[in-house]
Amino acid sequence: MLSITATAAGGSGNQSALNSQGAPAIHVEHLIIGITVVCAVVWLLVMIVLGWALLRKRSSDSGPPRDRPLTTIVSSAVAATVVIIAALTIASFYTTRSIGLPGNTALTITVRGQQWWWQVIYADANPAFSFQTANEIHIPVGQDVQIQLESADVVHSFWVPSLAGKQDLVPGRSNSLLLRAERPGTYRGQCAEFCGLQHTHMAMMVIADEPADYQRWIAAQRENSVMPTYADAAAGKAAFLSKPCAACHTVRGTSAAGTTGPDLTHIGSRQTIAAGLLETTRGSLAAWIADPQTLKPGNNMPMVPLTSVELRDISAYMESLK
Amino acid sequence: MNRSVVLDLSKLPPHGLGTASLTWWGTLAFMLIEGTGFALSIVVYLYLMSLAPHWPLDAPPPDLLPGSGLTALLIVSLLPNMLIARWARQQNLAKVRIGLVIMSLLGVAPLFLRVLEFPAMHISWDQNAYGSIVWVMLGLHTTHILTDLVETLVLTCLMFSKHGDNPRRYGDVSDNAMYWNFVVATWLPMYVCLYWIPRL
Amino acid sequence: MIVRDEVEDLRDTALDEVQLDRRLSETWSTPTGLWGALSTVDHKIIGRRYIYTAFIFLALGGILALAMRLQLSEPEARFIGPDRYNQIFTMHGTNMMFLFAVPVMEAMAVYLVPLMVGTRNIAFPRLNAFSYWMYLAGGLLLWIAFAVDTGPDVGWFAYVPLSGPQYAAGKRADIWAQMITFTEVSALAVAVEIVVTVLKQRAPGMSLDRIPLFVWSMLVTSFLIILAMPAIMIASTALILDRLVGTHFFNPAEGGDVLLWQHLFWFFGHPEVYIIFLPAVGMVSTIVATFTRRPVFGYLAMVMALVTTGVLAFGLWVHHMFVAGLPRLGESFFTASSMAIAIPAGLQIFCWLATMWAGRPVFKTPFLFVIGFMVIFVIGGMTGVMVASVPFDTQVHDTYFVVAHFHYVLVGGAVFPLLGAIYYWFPKITGRMMSETLGRWTFGLIFTGFNLTFFPMHILGLQGMPRRIYTYQPEMPWSGLNMFISLSAVILAAGFLLFFIDAIRSAASGPAAPDNPWGASTLEWATSSPPLPYNFARLPVVGSLEPLSNNSETLSVAGGLSVDRRELIVTSVVEALPEARESSPGNSIWPLWSALATTVLLIWSIFTPWAVVWGSIPVSIALIGWFWPKGTPEDDT
Ligand code: HEA
Ligand code: HEA
Ligand code: HEC
Ligand code: CUA
Ligand SMILES: [Cu+2]
Repeated sequence: MLSITATAAGGSGNQSALNSQGAPAIHVEHLIIGITVVCAVVWLLVMIVLGWALLRKRSSDSGPPRDRPLTTIVSSAVAATVVIIAALTIASFYTTRSIGLPGNTALTITVRGQQWWWQVIYADANPAFSFQTANEIHIPVGQDVQIQLESADVVHSFWVPSLAGKQDLVPGRSNSLLLRAERPGTYRGQCAEFCGLQHTHMAMMVIADEPADYQRWIAAQRENSVMPTYADAAAGKAAFLSKPCAACHTVRGTSAAGTTGPDLTHIGSRQTIAAGLLETTRGSLAAWIADPQTLKPGNNMPMVPLTSVELRDISAYMESLK
Repeated sequence: MNRSVVLDLSKLPPHGLGTASLTWWGTLAFMLIEGTGFALSIVVYLYLMSLAPHWPLDAPPPDLLPGSGLTALLIVSLLPNMLIARWARQQNLAKVRIGLVIMSLLGVAPLFLRVLEFPAMHISWDQNAYGSIVWVMLGLHTTHILTDLVETLVLTCLMFSKHGDNPRRYGDVSDNAMYWNFVVATWLPMYVCLYWIPRL
Repeated sequence: MIVRDEVEDLRDTALDEVQLDRRLSETWSTPTGLWGALSTVDHKIIGRRYIYTAFIFLALGGILALAMRLQLSEPEARFIGPDRYNQIFTMHGTNMMFLFAVPVMEAMAVYLVPLMVGTRNIAFPRLNAFSYWMYLAGGLLLWIAFAVDTGPDVGWFAYVPLSGPQYAAGKRADIWAQMITFTEVSALAVAVEIVVTVLKQRAPGMSLDRIPLFVWSMLVTSFLIILAMPAIMIASTALILDRLVGTHFFNPAEGGDVLLWQHLFWFFGHPEVYIIFLPAVGMVSTIVATFTRRPVFGYLAMVMALVTTGVLAFGLWVHHMFVAGLPRLGESFFTASSMAIAIPAGLQIFCWLATMWAGRPVFKTPFLFVIGFMVIFVIGGMTGVMVASVPFDTQVHDTYFVVAHFHYVLVGGAVFPLLGAIYYWFPKITGRMMSETLGRWTFGLIFTGFNLTFFPMHILGLQGMPRRIYTYQPEMPWSGLNMFISLSAVILAAGFLLFFIDAIRSAASGPAAPDNPWGASTLEWATSSPPLPYNFARLPVVGSLEPLSNNSETLSVAGGLSVDRRELIVTSVVEALPEARESSPGNSIWPLWSALATTVLLIWSIFTPWAVVWGSIPVSIALIGWFWPKGTPEDDT
């Protein structure tokens, strides 16, 4: 039973607690397997005793029940229970310590949960180097990263199972979490605390890069948005700035400085849009902008009336924002 | 199944008093429920205080006068309250009637002081969490004064009616007196919490 | 009005059995017709109503579960939209916890405890009637709101700020909070009745060490209710105030705190799960004793385990908040205390195993459900121990792993014993037997269906599937198992359907039940099936833990009670020595009026705070009407 569980869950792609790729998740996975084995054995023992107690052959003479040996057996079982749970408590305590944040981490990233997307803030001592992105977090491989968790509205929960256990984002409080990836790759995560209508579609990607790639990515993100080179994208930029879009979205290097929605400065470089809902392509961007309420009912981006030309141009512009 | 009578209960009293009374136990159980509620409200107060940068939040400590006056009044009311419990045990109708009238008045009087307590807090319920918990604690306790007052008034009418002179009613009177002790007793920690903790 | 002879004080000793039955029926019967139905205070009639109502809520909640399973059966299904889905899982959880699981356990106690302790009615029978009406009103409020698309949609623990004034517009969250008030009032009322019935109305001679284990479990449960429910009352009141009059309990911007809600809710919520589980433990003990033909091994240990669980229950609440960001060291304490619950739980399991080993098992349907309980509950307990570990929980909290855990303990730990208990006590309650054949089929279907439905959820949780999502994308590796689960839920539903069919059919036309069909040894079997309005013609006197065990044909009883008024005996707490004859209140319509007035007040106060002021006037009037003596012998002698 246990092995079925383990294999079935293990090969499940990149959002699985049993496919751990970072130190915290690996520690926890060991603990999960350990406790599960112990508990499965205890359960089996109880079942064996149950079966035997029910089905054993009974001598036909019905002498008075002898309670003395039973008392001994029951007391030993209770004693064994005490020992086992003490052991489990201690194991769990040590694991807790090993997944805690070390005193100092080189990199701190702030994640603010919003209904229903993730605002990601890479703050730098030099404000010119600070930037924001959304729903996609890049981290360097093999390095402890502190994720600072805040919420703009309701309680959310940050959970990237392959890298670490979850931690809530609580309004009015600031929590933190140790994140670490041992191997490069894209790790999917998903909001785990019910947060309203689109709790379902509040995913994020953590992308672990080799240090050089990571530095390249950081450098690119620090840049302002690129100037459109093609005519449709340029027209799209004009339309974007003249429509309500700019009231909600920031595109650095333009006059768009809204903060209600995600920062779109480098939207074209992200793998997905709308918190993991769609892969980023010109088509999906168009579909999203044309009718966000059908794709993600109830989300906080309204449908902005656009002509088909405007829509095409804006999508081209968005895609060009690499 | 056959029955064999092994116990004769015919000499038992037809009504239990004190710990032999079901309502006495019921009153106790309700006091346990409400006492838990009061205790939790104090816990909430202390919890909010532990989170706040300073306490009280954006308000001076409450004025002592109305609250202390009310506390004194409640403590004084314990004396006639204990007397009435004794008279009820003695099933002394005349004294119980007088006692109930006095207790009704002593139920009304605190309400006047309570009305002054709310402004003495210098904060309204919708200003911040401190205001909210303070008003709710006062409100919670006021509800208890009010319910006990209504009960006392009804009992007073009852004792002046033809149903009055009956062991059962005396039992009700003493349960009511017990409940008033409870209303007073729960106020004391609340008073300390509301008026003195902000001065620490 | 019945004209009574004032001077007469007729005692049962003066009457033969036939006369006694006639006189007692006269004093204790509920009049037929609508008025009788509305004004009755007979614990058996009210208990039966409570049970029926709770099972209707089970069926409704189950149908909601099927709706969720339909929506989740395939990725990106479009049967149910997000708004409705959120209402549905909230309704399912709220309905199952507050309208089914807790009330059904109380309902069983309302029916059984007075019989098992050998008295004639529950303590405070009018409060009992009131409690049922409040429960019904709360259930109707919730379901009517859902029917008109105003059902709560914030989850069964309604975390703020999602349920607060800023993010939950409309009245949905208020409905949830006020439904809490209704069910808590009714639960608290029953708890008080049970405590007083058990402490003061036990049959003479039923000292503390002769109380049946089911009664013990209900006593502990009632204390849990009394100590835990005030927390949720405070929490839901604070929530309503935040929403209605702008207080700031949960608003961090003004000194409030979001986690305060979670603390208050779970300080209630964790004991709540034992409020559901402990009565089930009592049922299991009863059934095990009867069907192994011997008393449960380790009576004292069982009682201690109940009490210990009850005490520990108040020290665990933080294990629902392991990822909320509390200090890790503090959390580790709650790991230890949560795991410690395995000790009393294990003790109980071991004692039942010992009983089965030493006894001679008879495999009737109630016992089958107990065996199913053992298999399933221990799995649920084990997953409980798993999630009690902080690091483990950081991975599975708010996933389908937890959904699996709590269905294993709720359905396996409470519903299985409950169904066993229904098969077991059905003959007593209805006077008819349920079908043994259908019973076996029911058990088989539910047992198989349950495991197939819920076991795979553990895997889904570990594979990263969060709970409370209305759909998932096809790229996620979850679709196969979800389809499997949804199909299995159909087997489970078929089992429940068969159960309902069997119950309804048997109630109408099952074979007549003898007084004691299972050869059981507790007092409820010492009277007819179904019991007469006065329960016992002469109140039993108890000399051992198993008053009916020696299969003797005679029952020791007490004599000397009056038959002119509803009379029962008050006994002392420890030894159960008779202290007084006491009257038990007669039928009254006032509990219904009081419940109606309270309902008006509570629902009105969702809309304006002034409702509390004006609404309390009719409530007071109704309560005065309730308590004002009517000159009946019960009121005046
Ligand atoms: C009947 C209801 C019931 C019962 C009995 C239990 C029993 C237990 N529960 Fe469960 N629980 C719930 C109902 C219940 N629970 C619900 C409804 C929720 C979720 C609420 C929500 O989020 O919606 C929940 C959630 C829940 C959580 C939070 C998970 C999360 O949200 O992340 C935790 C964490 O510690 C927990 C722990 C336990 C433990 C330790 C027990 C223990 O009491 C179990 C003890 C029993 C045994 C261990 C088996 C028998 C013992 C032996 C055979 C001895 C040998 C054993 C060993 C050596 C280990 N439960
Ligand atoms: C005692 C409590 C209890 C019970 C019995 C059940 C029973 C079931 N539950 Fe549920 N469940 C909860 C308590 C309970 N649940 C709670 C507290 C939650 C959390 C809610 C939240 O997150 O807020 C939850 C959540 C929950 C979820 C997670 C939803 C989500 O997170 O999105 C799911 C999903 O599969 C589920 C499924 C089921 C199923 C298939 C059953 C089945 O066992 C149901 C089987 C019963 C039937 C199918 C009824 C059949 C009856 C008929 C057909 C008869 C009709 C006929 C007549 C009226 C005569 N439950
Ligand atoms: C009222 C505010 C508002 C307006 C106006 C608005 N948006 Fe948005 N936008 C949002 C929000 C909020 C989101 C995040 C939605 C979600 O994922 O839940 C979003 C998301 C997006 C995304 C996906 C971003 C990502 O990182 O995944 C794009 C692209 C986008 N908007 C483009 C536009 C364009 C183009 C317009 C104008 C036609 C526009 N928005 C108008 C609020 C707005
Ligand atoms: Cu954010 Cu769920
Ligand atoms: Cu719990």
